[in-house]
Amino acid sequence: MTIVNAVVQGIFLGAFYAVLACGLSIMFGVMRVINLAHGDIAVLGAYVVFVIVQSTGMSPLVAFVVALPVMILLGYVLQLTVLERSLKSGILTPLLATFGLSIVIQNLLLISFSPDVRSLGGNAGAITTSSWQVTGGLSVSALGMVILVMAVLLFGALQLFLSSTRAGWMMRATAEDADAAELVGIDSRGVYARATALAVAIAALGGLFLAIRSVFDPVSGPTQLIFAFEAVVIGGMGSLWGTLLGGLALGVAQTLGAHINPEYSALTGHLLFLAVLIVRFGGGRLSLRMAR
Amino acid sequence: MTLLRVEELDCRYGLLQAVRGVSFELAQGETLALIGANGAGKSTLLRAIAGAHRPHGGRVLFDGVDVTSMPAHRRVSLGIALVPEGRRLFPSLTVEENLRVAAARRGRWNVQSVLEVFPLLQPRRHMAAANLSGGEQQAVAIGRALMSNPRLLLLDEVSLGLAPIVVDAVYRSLADIIKEGTTVLLVEQDLTRALNVAGRVICMLEGRIVLEGEAASLDRDRVVGAYFGLKQPA
Repeated sequence: MTIVNAVVQGIFLGAFYAVLACGLSIMFGVMRVINLAHGDIAVLGAYVVFVIVQSTGMSPLVAFVVALPVMILLGYVLQLTVLERSLKSGILTPLLATFGLSIVIQNLLLISFSPDVRSLGGNAGAITTSSWQVTGGLSVSALGMVILVMAVLLFGALQLFLSSTRAGWMMRATAEDADAAELVGIDSRGVYARATALAVAIAALGGLFLAIRSVFDPVSGPTQLIFAFEAVVIGGMGSLWGTLLGGLALGVAQTLGAHINPEYSALTGHLLFLAVLIVRFGGGRLSLRMAR
Repeated sequence: MTLLRVEELDCRYGLLQAVRGVSFELAQGETLALIGANGAGKSTLLRAIAGAHRPHGGRVLFDGVDVTSMPAHRRVSLGIALVPEGRRLFPSLTVEENLRVAAARRGRWNVQSVLEVFPLLQPRRHMAAANLSGGEQQAVAIGRALMSNPRLLLLDEVSLGLAPIVVDAVYRSLADIIKEGTTVLLVEQDLTRALNVAGRVICMLEGRIVLEGEAASLDRDRVVGAYFGLKQPA
């Protein structure tokens, strides 16, 4: 029964990773950009919500709705000022640019908010503490359920957007062939800017969940980025449903590892990631080398 | 009335000069064929007119408007559409999505009327473009360009890689489109087809125009000579 509990908790944890990974997956899928500042943008989102909560006393979930336009605007500005320019100069430049951005965000947060560890768990009210005791060894937390439901809704809505709206087709068309998309009248700059704005907004949602379910500080970003990146790779780069499944698989792997020994939590997640990498990308070459 | 005017156009890829000082005009309703050997600069010229290639010098005027530095998607809304070489469909989108995503201007052409001109696409309507045959893909590519209701349709080697019987079908549909009054500028390797479909022919060699004339008045030998850059007795 405790194994079942570990799997259930892993699914909740994995839903959180999937939300974190979602924006990363969108930016990679549409622009082939790996945004190394993604984790820091999520943490920045958490701080924006934190500031709103501190100054108005509203619930973090409501504060997130207020923060959303700010994050969307930030996404547009990020695309039009930094990413668009770096995209023109090859595949390495966006990596360097977002790496630099990551450092800039961390240091701005350090200056503005000090290195103190914060949390919004206490402000979120009953959802952080409520849970249902299903049986002796299995309990389901309200927050876990909220995050899981939000994650499924998020990925479902994105799927619907991409498969059934003209704006979604435009995004897929640009992702597949930006040059040809321009030739049929699609403003690829605009599509890229919308994709980044969407990714930043979803990253902020990930930041909100991070802030409610645990703690954050100005340098929490890179850790979140690693888990998000692992979820994207496990699920298959650029595939949306794959990212959801990848996040869930990573979460379950971590809680199962922690079930064996709490120290193994992150390790089992990394091992799953490496196993997927070897099977998917390195398998053929590896076996060739062994044959020699 | 002049719809398209190209003035002293220069196009380069790094040090390679693909188009050298090309000037020509295209009247409303005209059909012009660009012919020439591989590497003569035909595709580059077409891409520069559509906005997919930024020219190094010269001007492109469309309906009196200087569009030389206008991005491709805005030229589409003015009424320029290119069917690119190699078709360049969006593989994961269905036939209908490929068409509907391109509907930049309203007019005679919509999903229904495109499917009427290319009836072979009707049963493939909800199939991903990646799973179509070459001929079907070419039909979608032309249909996709028509969806923006272009005043100027640029066609780059629409017969490339297709079986002759399919090329016949594509050209039959093209004849209908030309009859509708759309101005067409096409690049075609097949000389006979080019001379049949076009009112006027421009032959390019090494980035320059070497021969220009009414399709009916040009005799085949002169065109072949210009095509291969053979010296002509005056």
